[in-house]
Parts: sequence; structure tokens; C-alpha cells
Amino acid sequence: MAESERLLALADDALILGHRLSEWTGHAPLLEEEMALGNIALDLIGTARGLYQRAGDEDRLAYHRDAPEFRNLLLVEQPNGDFAQTIVRQFLYSAFAAPFWQGAEPADIAAEAARQSAYHLRHAGEWLVRLGDGTEESHRRAQAALDGLWMYTGEMFEDRPAPLRAQWDETVDRTLARAALARPQSTYMQSGGRRGRHSEHLGYILAEMQFLQRAYPGATW
Amino acid sequence: MRWSDYIEPMSEDAALTERFEARVAREDKIEPNDWMPEAYRRTLIRQISQHAHSEVVGMLPEGNWITRAPTLKRKAALLAKVQDEAGHGLYLYAAAETLGISREEMVEQLLAGAARYSSIFNYPTLTWADIGAVGWLVDGAAIINQIMLCRCSYGPYARAMIRICKEESFHQRQGFEIMLTLCRGTAEQKAMAQDALDRWWWPSLMMFGPHDSESSHSDQSMKWRIKRQSNDELRQHFIDMTVEQAKVLDLTMPDPELAYDAASGHWKGGEIDWAEFRAVISGNGPCNRQRLQQRRDAHEAGGWVREAARAYAAKHPAP
Amino acid sequence: MTETLTPLWEVFIRARTGLAHRHVGSVHAADAEMALQAARDTYTRRDEGVSLWVVPSAAITASDPAEEATLFEPAKPYRHPSFYVLPDEVGDM
Repeated sequence: MAESERLLALADDALILGHRLSEWTGHAPLLEEEMALGNIALDLIGTARGLYQRAGDEDRLAYHRDAPEFRNLLLVEQPNGDFAQTIVRQFLYSAFAAPFWQGAEPADIAAEAARQSAYHLRHAGEWLVRLGDGTEESHRRAQAALDGLWMYTGEMFEDRPAPLRAQWDETVDRTLARAALARPQSTYMQSGGRRGRHSEHLGYILAEMQFLQRAYPGATW
Repeated sequence: MRWSDYIEPMSEDAALTERFEARVAREDKIEPNDWMPEAYRRTLIRQISQHAHSEVVGMLPEGNWITRAPTLKRKAALLAKVQDEAGHGLYLYAAAETLGISREEMVEQLLAGAARYSSIFNYPTLTWADIGAVGWLVDGAAIINQIMLCRCSYGPYARAMIRICKEESFHQRQGFEIMLTLCRGTAEQKAMAQDALDRWWWPSLMMFGPHDSESSHSDQSMKWRIKRQSNDELRQHFIDMTVEQAKVLDLTMPDPELAYDAASGHWKGGEIDWAEFRAVISGNGPCNRQRLQQRRDAHEAGGWVREAARAYAAKHPAP
Repeated sequence: MTETLTPLWEVFIRARTGLAHRHVGSVHAADAEMALQAARDTYTRRDEGVSLWVVPSAAITASDPAEEATLFEPAKPYRHPSFYVLPDEVGDM
């Protein structure tokens, strides 16, 4: 993948996931979680902006590409669902992002992203433990979320060095054990996001996100 | 009970009240465990919790546009602003709790429709320009009120307000900057900005509450330094400030009677539609039901999450 | 029916090395780890605190601010809604 493609893919991951988290505004289960999810969303949008700016014009890239041109993972465009689904999605992604950004390029963006991802991982991980080892209902929801999102995890490691996968496995196994959750056994993995083959969800995300720019072409906001 | 059983506590109350009022008069701060008249405590609980509820409900009309923000910079700024509001709600609930009410009770009051929040948040944000107008006008009005409250007699409330004021500075600037960008943009954008001003101006004036002559709680609140300036004084300050800012935007104020009165040095305008104000504060504004329903839905949907957190804590007590 | 109370924690931050921890407010959380995260998310957004303490409010013992110690019990627990006895005419609070 060319350098700009590589940056775009990472930027798209961050933007789409940040956008999804921002959808929780006003709906979070507690006020403290409005803060936490908002924080994570802001961090991700900040990372996206930094990466887009390296690749070109941030708003042209975010607002004027259609779905087949986006290179984000399928995982990040999945719906928020209930809180368990959001936490599982975040956990699975951040467990990849935190080690990924360590020592990655561009160095300045990567250092900040690594630090932030470590906190996102801590937050999502601790919630996953509390949901898995909380009540019967929270356990059921967390397991269902994990079972549903598992097939999107393989894509994160396509064309990536093996140690990254090993580190992710270790983090996941350790947290699932504390959370009393079962690691899904299925090995079939969905793929395509990195090549512009997305799920039906991305179209709706972009329609909402890009509306104003598309409806008023050339306007400054 | 003997009559003398009643006499002693009453005279002690009177002495304590006198001492309390002397402390307030010399600008002492009242702190959580200090003696205070029950009416002072009750008034503060009501006022602070209403303020907290306002921050939380206030997240909804603006949060409405985060997913549609037209640039990444605007998206990030709006998200940060709304997140700040959540934080302000948290500071204020914390301050109210020092007076002997729990967060759970306050939330229950709000969701039951038994507590008030600022009337302004019962209006809809219909266009991106509304986000500019809300930042410019609503935050502008809120700042005027908040600066006053930084000098409130109750320590935790005053400190929360100082914290909030420090963080507020970018909110209004952001809103005004959005309006400015629109007003200097295309004809459609300028029309969008004018339309937003038309819809948000009068509700912003209503944020300051009824005229002083109609305001029931004010005297006692002023004496106890919970309120430092009257509704009309604050409203006039807001009008004078905002009219000048509107000139920079080259927008028309939606009040044909608005004119500068050289004698007083203030901008004087038409009468507020108090029927609209009363309708909105009694639950019949455009968005009252929707706002409360959204808060209720979030609270109910989150019940199992909060329960899970408590269950885990019970299973894993601190060493 | 009011929901079960989630514990209250007091938050103290040391903003820079060399300074002492300062009380900045409180957060609600079911346990210490979540209290720490809530405190970080709520109270260090503009500036990264160097050190954060969270203490269950119930663990704090406060001195009695009243001048006449005879009127009040000494060493009241810091605060908790159930310790405040309100007059009946207050109604629901």
C-alpha cells in the first residue's frame, strides 16, 4: 500500500470510529460515560485530522470521498448497538491500536495516538470486565457482542507482522478471563474494508456526515 | 412536649440565622458543614440542580449536529463543547450533593418532570447556523449569569462556577465565529444565519427570567448572595453586548422596536412574549417532551449497565 | 423508587510536581478504578494532572466548623444525604 493510502486507511479508521462514538452524545448510560466516550471520540478525531493533513486536504478527504474510496476496517463502521457492543468494539480495536501505534510512523502522531489508545484500552477493558463479570444480563449482552463482532477482528492483522497479532491475543485472552467471557471459536473473518468493500453501514454514516458539504458545494464553514 | 421545649431551639435558630447573615454580608463563603437556614439550603439545592440539569439537557440540541458538522475542525470543536457541558453538569451535581441530596434523587426529579432546566433548551436546532446562534446567544447569556455566580456565597457553587467560567471562554467565541463565517459566505449561508438569529433572539432574552417586578424569589436570594444582580439588569447587559456584536455580523435584529436610548446609554426593545415563556416553562415548548423523553430513554437503557458496575464492585470489594 | 446510590468519591489533584494535592470536586463510581478514570475524564481535561487521588466520601472525617461545639455532635462524617434530617414541610428531597 502506498504511503498516502496507508495514512488514509488509518485516518479513516479513526474518523469512522470517532464518529460512531459521537453518536452516543446524550444517550450514554451515565454522565461519566458521556465524558469518557466523548473523550475517546475527540482523541480519535484528532488522530484522524493529523493523518488526513499529512495526506492532503482534511475536509476534501473526509467529506468528498464516497464509500468505495474509504479504507477503514469493517469493525469500526459497525453500529453502536447497546453499550456492551460499543465497549466490545472499542476494546477489540484499541487492543490492536495501542501496540500498533508504538513506534509507528508518522512519529509525532503515533506517539500521541499510542498514549491515547492505551487509555482507551484501559477504559474499554475495565468496562468489559465489569460487564462480563457483572450481572447475568450484562454478561449475556457482552458475550453476544463479542460473538457478533469477532469476525471483524481478523482484518486488523492483514499484512501486519505476527507479533502484533500475538500481543493482541494476549491482551484479549487476559481480559476475557477477568471478564468471565468465552473467546469465540469461529475462525472465519470478514474482509474488504481496506479495499473499499464496506458493509451497508458506511453509506449511511457518510450520508449524514457529508450532507452539508455535498448540499452546499464550495461553501466555507 | 412543654412549651419551653420549643422556645430554646427557636431562639438558637434566630441567633444562628443572625450570625449566618452577618457572615454572608461580609462576603464569607458558606461551606458544606456550616450551619445554614433550611430555606438557604433548599433554595441552593433547587438552583444548583436546575443549573446541572440545564447543562445536561443542553447537550441535546447541540449534540444533534455533531454527526452533521460540516468540517472536521467544527466537528471536533462541537464535540469538545458538548463534552464540556457534560463536565459542567458533573461539577454542579457534585456541588448540589454537598447540601444533602443525592445525584440519583436529582436525576429522578428531572426525569419525573418535577425539576426545571433552562427554558432555552426546549427549542430545536434546525440548521447548522443554529449551532452558531446557540453558541453566540445562549452561551453569551449563560456567561453573564455565570460570572455573577462566581461570587455566590456558597463555596462549592462559587468554585464550580469559577471552573466553568474558565472553560466557557471558547464556547461563545466558537458560536460567534460560526456565525461570522456564515455571514461572510454565500447568500444562502447568510440567510441561514439570519433565520437562526430570528428564531433564537427572543428565547435568549427569556433565559434571564421574568421581569424583576414579577420575580418572586429574588429579594431573599439577593440578601443571601445567591443572586447578585437582578434579572432585568443581566438581561440589559446581554442586550447591549449582543446588539454591538450583531453589527459585526451585518445581521438584522428581529426586534423592530430595538433602538438606542441616549439618556440611559442602553439599547431598549419591544416587550417579550411572556405567554410563550410561560408555555415553554410549563412543558409546552417545541421540544420539552422530546428532551425529557431522550433523557428518560438514556437513563432506562443504561440501567443494566449501572447495575452491572455495582454488581461487580460488590463481588470484588476493596481490600 | 430512587435507584440504589452509587458511591461518591472526592477527587484531589496535584497539577504539577512541587505542589500539594488540591480538592477539586467529586465523582460517582461503583469502584476505585472507575472513580479514577471518571476523575481523570472530568477534572483533567484542560491540563493533565500529575497525580490524582480518589477517596470514598464516606471515608473522610471532617472537623466541626461550628463555634459552639455543644450544639452539634463532634467530628461529623463529611456528608451523606441520609445524615441530614430535614423538616417535614420540605416534602420530597
